[in-house]
Parts: sequence; structure tokens; C-alpha cells
Amino acid sequence: MKFVENQPSDDTLDLVCRVCPLHLLEPGDKLNCLKKGQVLEVLTDYDGALEDIPNWCQKCGQDFIGIEEDDDCYKLYIRKNK
Amino acid sequence: MKNVYMDHASATPVRKEVIEAMLPYFDQHFGNPSTVYDMGSKIKQVMEEQRAKVAKLIGAKAEEIIFTSSGAEANNLAIKGAALARQKKGKHIIISAIEHHSVLNSARFLERMDFEVTFLPVDEYGLVDQQRLSQAMRPETILVSIMHANNEIGTIEPISELSAICRERGVIFHTDAVATVGNIPVDVNELNVDLLSLSGVSLDAPKGVGALYFRDNLRLMPLIHGGIQESGRRGGTENVPAIVALGKASELAAKELPDKVNHVQGLRDLLVAGVPERIEQVKYTGHPKERLPGHASFCIEAIEGEALIFMLNQSGIYANTGSACASKALKTSPVLVAIGIPPALAQGSVVFTLSNSNTVEEIEYVLEKLPVAVDKLRSLSPLWRTKEAA
Repeated sequence: MKFVENQPSDDTLDLVCRVCPLHLLEPGDKLNCLKKGQVLEVLTDYDGALEDIPNWCQKCGQDFIGIEEDDDCYKLYIRKNK
Repeated sequence: MKNVYMDHASATPVRKEVIEAMLPYFDQHFGNPSTVYDMGSKIKQVMEEQRAKVAKLIGAKAEEIIFTSSGAEANNLAIKGAALARQKKGKHIIISAIEHHSVLNSARFLERMDFEVTFLPVDEYGLVDQQRLSQAMRPETILVSIMHANNEIGTIEPISELSAICRERGVIFHTDAVATVGNIPVDVNELNVDLLSLSGVSLDAPKGVGALYFRDNLRLMPLIHGGIQESGRRGGTENVPAIVALGKASELAAKELPDKVNHVQGLRDLLVAGVPERIEQVKYTGHPKERLPGHASFCIEAIEGEALIFMLNQSGIYANTGSACASKALKTSPVLVAIGIPPALAQGSVVFTLSNSNTVEEIEYVLEKLPVAVDKLRSLSPLWRTKEAA
């Protein structure tokens, strides 16, 4: 697991309190609105996402940057690759 | 015997257009909106169209609407969902003393989970004071809930002024608009609220459907955990026919509301003028001007409201005491207590809530029968005889 600090992002997807498997459905829609190279920040309080989102990025050809732990959620960063 | 129905705050007849719109979704278009084949995805599309109609009625965006099973569920989701999602920031919430039981008991539930709740008092008309709200705010306050209009006394609260106080402090503001959406124009941006509850009951839609407006992806802890329905904020396969009904009812309300307001206000004014002319010692409760247009509420000295409802029922008139729960529990209405009505007078509460279907002739019929019923009850009342002797 790769940890990052103060990672800048171009857009945020807040999935805190949202149920599984939305963390695997909504990032794709959000990335569609970004340009190649831009970074999406995903906020979630679901532990399963820490494993699922990096795997999802690998499958979908997106670049998983890393995770930062905040007071009330995790922040996961994805760079749009295609 | 005539049938004069004046309890539209409790239930409204479902309009023919609404029934016609919803019927095909029981048998012809019965698919599950979560399925990926045409029969489901088309239903999903229809459901999203209804979401847009409900949103349009209150000036919201379609993605800001969650369908629920009732106004009560919308209130529960707003209070518990917003508070639980923010509990790391603070555990203090503020509600008014005259909220509906679905707000009041949600707040009491949170008290059991170590939240602190401040119950804001109201004035003699039921209005929440802005200064009192400001004074009640604490650094750990995360949520304020003040109803848009009270179902028992009809008073409309100054929501935009109250929500501005919360906005300044970054505190979430919820309003229970079950009594207003469908009865007066409601716009979430003018009210400047983060959460707003509405119900099909006030919109001539069937019972068992409501909606919660939530601003800008606001965090809400789901009450019903399930699949990804309602964007993962409320699990469970959607009640599609009821949602179609709510959408159709919202579309009709958006078109017809100005005429309805004028019609019921005229009738209400006739009733309000006529009652004190015919019955002595009666108090018109709630705000005289800032109130729902089709709402008339009275407390009549030396009678028992429930007995009066039964008497009116014998003449085919259907009204309410205002608080079914309090009435059944033989408890003085907390709303009437909060506005300073003495307990004995509060027993004589009667509420008429009007709609498009009511007529001038019906108001005249009520004005004929109501004094007769009151006289009969007072003739049996030792309290009234004591008052008369004095």
C-alpha cells in the first residue's frame, strides 16, 4: 500500500457513508469527466476500498497514486491514464 | 347526509391522473429498475424522470432527491443520517419544540446515542426566534431542524432567516416541509436549506411515498442498508408505482398550485371569520397571517376536541384534533403547550385542513353544524356551567 501526503487533485468524489460496491462504480463515471493526466480524489470510510480501488485501477488501466488517511475517511488518488 | 372532508393534512384523495399514471407500473411495466435488461433499464429511466419532476417542484436538481416510504422516513433519514455522518465534528443538535414526532423522536433516539439535543421554544404563534437559535448554537452543533409549517397550528416559520444563521456557522439545516410542499410554493434555494422532507400525502399522491432533498452530495448515513438503490443512500427495491405517482402529483402541483392557494385561502378566511361569530370563547391558534392558506385551527373553551370530532362525524364532517398521537394517548398536545395554551383549553382543539375539492357550501355547512355540536357538548360540561355561572 502506497501512502501519500498533500496530493493535489483536480476533482473529488465523496463516497463517505455510501454502500459497497459504489466505490467501484462511481470513480469510472467521474474519471470520464476528467482529462488524461488529471487526478481524482476519492473519499471513503469503507475499509474494503483500500484493496478494491487499487485493483480496479489495475484492471481498468488507470494509475493508482496512493492513499492518505484523514480524521474521518481515507483519501485515495487516481490519475486518469486513458 | 353530506360528506364534508376537511382533514387533508392527514390524507388526501389520490387524483385520477395520478392513479392512471401509476397503474401500468403494477403489471405492464413491473421490472426491477436495478436490472440491466430493457424491462428494468426502461423503468430506471422512468424513475429518473419522476425524480426530475419532484426536484423541479422544489427548485432542486434531480440528483439531490432520495425517494423514501413517507415523510416520516425522510425526516428520520435527515436527522439520524446527517447527525451520524457528522458525529466526529460534534454531537449537539437543535430542533424546535413543535416538531412532528418523526423529527422529535429521531432526536430522542440520538440522545440515547450520547448526542445532546436543544429543544428551542416558540412564541405564542409558534414562531422560532432567530436570536434564540443563535444563542443555542455551540461549537459542537452539527445540525438544526425547524419545520417549514406546523401541521397543528398552520404557522409558517421564517426558514430563510433561520437557515442563514446556520449557513454562517457551517451547520447543516433541515426543514420538514411535509405540510407545505403541495400547499404553498417551496424553493430549496430561497429557503437556503441543506435537507428538506416532503410527502405524497400533501400532494394528492398515495400514502407510503415521500422524498428527501439533500444539497450537493451532503453526507448521509443510510438508515436502510442494502444495494446501490438511491445512489447507495437507501437500500431496497424501489416502490416504482408510488414513485411514478409522486412524480405525476408533483408535475400537477407545479401547474396548479397558485389556483389552489387562492381557492383554499378564500374558504379558510370564510371559516375563520364565521366561527367566532357563532361560537363564543374560541381561540384561533397559530399565526394570523404567516400560516398555511388552507389551514384553520381553533381551541374551543370547555369542550373536548375528540368528542367534538365524533359529533361532527355524525353530521358527515371530517376534521381533526390536530395531533392524533397526543389525542389517542389522552395527552395535551405538546405543540399547544409550547405556544402557551392552558391545558384545559388545549383539550378543545379542532383543526380543519382544506383542499381544492372543498366548496363555499361546505364551509357554510360546517358553520351551521359546528356551533350546534359545541352547544351540545357545552350543555354537558360542568366546566362550562361553572364559567356561565361566573
